[in-house]
Amino acid sequence: MGSFVAQTFQAKVYVTLRPSVLDPAGTAVRSGVQQMGYQNVEQIRIGKYIEVTLQAADEAEAVQQLDQICDRILANPVIETYRFDLTPLSETATTTAH
Amino acid sequence: MKFGILVFPGSNCDRDVAWVTQGLLNKPTRMVWHQDTDLSDIDVVVIPGGFSYGDYLRCGAIARFSPIIRATIDHVNAGKFAIGICNGFQILTEAGLLPGALVRNRDLHFICDRVPIRVVNNKTPWTRKYQSNEVITLPIAHGEGCYYADQKTLAQLEDNNQVVFRYEGDNPNGSLNNIAGICNQSGTVVGMMPHPERAADPMLGNTDGIKMFEAVLQQVVRARV
Repeated sequence: MGSFVAQTFQAKVYVTLRPSVLDPAGTAVRSGVQQMGYQNVEQIRIGKYIEVTLQAADEAEAVQQLDQICDRILANPVIETYRFDLTPLSETATTTAH
Repeated sequence: MKFGILVFPGSNCDRDVAWVTQGLLNKPTRMVWHQDTDLSDIDVVVIPGGFSYGDYLRCGAIARFSPIIRATIDHVNAGKFAIGICNGFQILTEAGLLPGALVRNRDLHFICDRVPIRVVNNKTPWTRKYQSNEVITLPIAHGEGCYYADQKTLAQLEDNNQVVFRYEGDNPNGSLNNIAGICNQSGTVVGMMPHPERAADPMLGNTDGIKMFEAVLQQVVRARV
């Protein structure tokens, strides 16, 4: 048995459509906003906001895992890009079997 | 010769496909649950339409990581036949077995209609029973059927004759190059938004789709002789 100190992180992940991909939902919302009188609104594009809470040894490990998760499932690189902000939440002592 | 139809939570065209392969063509057909890992007895994999995993995150994004898709990738890499219809097409692109992606329809609403489709490539094992450039009618039913790929990928698809079907006349969903269906480079794997299985039983008044299943069946039988 060994123990290590793991940290809990929260990532706020933003997934957005690539500029070359049409966003008909964003265009529809824009026309609604313009009908409300906000004629100065030029463009609205809709993306996704995802919160991920995870444990990792350090920030570098958390970033590496999140990049993988985003590339593999949270975003489809064919049509989307992503970015995330990472915040440490707390330090947790975890015991693991070796 | 056996058809395998993948079934995910939320699939809803699986039985329609079985009605064609087992009911109309009288061929052994196995419904394959998404947790299964073995497709070794299957000659032709069909990924049916529906809303796998509720279309959460993106259509096909979660189904793509189910155990049966790992087996499907091995099946395809062995040169065997597979088709993804509607949600099945979305799963094939998410899995990287076909290029591009399917995004929200241009005009936002879910489309349920019968539309003219031009058979652009009748050289694939799936389409060889159609005439070149034949225009057929198939049902479509989707909210995310707008085909998208970057310019380089589109050019490659066109150069390699990987566009199999195009919408004829009005483009219902904004798909680039009017694409309704594509194939991999060898033609063994086809993905399409229209539903050939819904145009197979004469009782429904349109049998334009059954030739796809007949064609691949002939191909498997021929390969075995």
